[in-house]
Amino acid sequence: MPGQPARTEFAEQKPTESGPGPDRILRDTWYVFWREMLLPLRDPFSLVFSLLQPLVFLGLFGPLLGSAVGAPAFGGQSTLQWFLPGVVVMIALFGTSMTGSNLQYELMTGSYERILATPLSRSSLMIGRALKEWAPLVVQGLLISVVCIPFGFVFHPLHVLVGLIILGIFGIGLGALSYALALVSQNKEWIFWGVQQTLLFPLMILSGIMLPIEAGPEWMRVASLFNPLTYLVNAERELFAGAVGVDTLYGLLAAAVTAAVGLVVGIRTISRNTN
Amino acid sequence: MGGRKPGTRSRGFGPMEHPLIHTNKLSKTFVVKKETVEAVKGVDIDVAPGELVAFLGPNGAGKSTTLRMLTTLLKPTSGSATVAGLDVVADPAGVRARIGYIGQGNGGGHSYRVIDEMVMQGRFYGMNSTDARSRADELLKSLDLADLAKRTVIKLSGGQRRRMDVALGLMHSPRLLFLDEPSTGMDPQNRANLWEHIMRMRAEHGTTIVLTTHYMDEADSMSERVIVIDHGTIIADNTAARLKADLAGDLLAVEVAAASAAEVRGLLGRAAAEGEVEEHRHDGVVRFRLRLSNGARLAPELLKQMHDAGAPAQSLELKPPTLDDVFLELTGRSLREGAEV
Repeated sequence: MPGQPARTEFAEQKPTESGPGPDRILRDTWYVFWREMLLPLRDPFSLVFSLLQPLVFLGLFGPLLGSAVGAPAFGGQSTLQWFLPGVVVMIALFGTSMTGSNLQYELMTGSYERILATPLSRSSLMIGRALKEWAPLVVQGLLISVVCIPFGFVFHPLHVLVGLIILGIFGIGLGALSYALALVSQNKEWIFWGVQQTLLFPLMILSGIMLPIEAGPEWMRVASLFNPLTYLVNAERELFAGAVGVDTLYGLLAAAVTAAVGLVVGIRTISRNTN
Repeated sequence: MGGRKPGTRSRGFGPMEHPLIHTNKLSKTFVVKKETVEAVKGVDIDVAPGELVAFLGPNGAGKSTTLRMLTTLLKPTSGSATVAGLDVVADPAGVRARIGYIGQGNGGGHSYRVIDEMVMQGRFYGMNSTDARSRADELLKSLDLADLAKRTVIKLSGGQRRRMDVALGLMHSPRLLFLDEPSTGMDPQNRANLWEHIMRMRAEHGTTIVLTTHYMDEADSMSERVIVIDHGTIIADNTAARLKADLAGDLLAVEVAAASAAEVRGLLGRAAAEGEVEEHRHDGVVRFRLRLSNGARLAPELLKQMHDAGAPAQSLELKPPTLDDVFLELTGRSLREGAEV
């Protein structure tokens, strides 16, 4: 009979007592990611719009920022050179913190449960979804960088790419936390939005994304030291300026810690949901 | 555990050598608003390869909870379960790779295209994209969904979505398939359609099937083995035919002239399964109702005896028992009342 699938033979599969291996997680993550990507890919209109959004933001906010704050606050760099990495971090923040919102719809129907019953590894469920929110950022980041070149932005492609990868690692952590939040707020969807929105803006402002935190009062500068996002923003600024230094290292560290914490919390939440 | 009625336990083939499903005192307790609810109270189930088993019971009886523990979607509170040779707690991922599950909800993501969800489902189970694609086409065709392959799930009708759920569950041709209330909300034609497909798959691949249902006619006509669950306990476990013969028997109604009621009462009393005979008098006619095991065989003999005693029957009605009669006999409640949502 044509098209007969490989049967799930009981004997031929190795036991998985020690949990799925890294290759398995990688493969599963790819599948989860790809399924999520089908949504924007099948609806290119929304894709184009979401890609253009940061350009609009940059075009409107950038000039205002330059004239309102003045060049000295940016450490001598051009406004664009300082502001563009902030916008990229902001897109990452908004995008990956929404990971759980797509999940909410799937929790209401049976499609999340159907996927939960497949052999997909639990961590790849979260990583794949978070990476889907991150993927457009790569295109957006490169796009706005190129578009800004005529306006005095100096584009260091390799550094920018490293910066985007660090944001991807951070996004996995934030996406996993957002995923866990969606699970916890199941049947009470407003909680998800309440928590997400309440946390998003303080985190953003206290990291110096929009305006330099150095210009703020002492307590804000202290608070920003406890915000992982601060280190990410600093790292991105350093990288977008074409340098690699201590800020990059701290940024990578903050991203890795966020990813680790996010995945631990996420996996615990998934398994607690089966109790 | 103590809850079983005598005579309902034997399945005819003794302890199984290699059961595909084996549970030992499997239990699930939920804490809802500081109150402990024992949803499943220590059930022992063995299912052999190739069996078609229905968990029958009213809503809230613990059927779905049991199924969700067997499919690793819920962790048991105590007891153990082995599915396809693997422990559901120690190796849930291994169990998931060896089974198929069709839940109560709709499995297709609302914003996705039907064909995309089908192919991805195959990929999740490790099929390559060519196999997944052709298997998806084949299933969509046989479930009458081929024309809807590129349709978004949200645009499908309820029946179409349910058929898609089945298609999703069959993508990787599981050897052991769990279905939770598969035909709830389907019209009779779609139900028949669905069953035809499940039966065909079973005939072709020898698939072992475990399902839950609160439709007793479905459990009756489709399953070879019915496990009746009530209040988290197994109260009967046998073939539908045996359950009905042992626990309910046929319902016989006979009408005779009032003048000969006395002789007939004695005759019927000796034949009745538990000696119980109901009678109603109306317009010079007495109508007797009683349960008979093996009524089809006994009824002609009874008629002859009545005739010989000079008390011929004026009318006779013989109704085979239903699983509802079984449930009523076991619990004193009708499954119909409990089943209506």
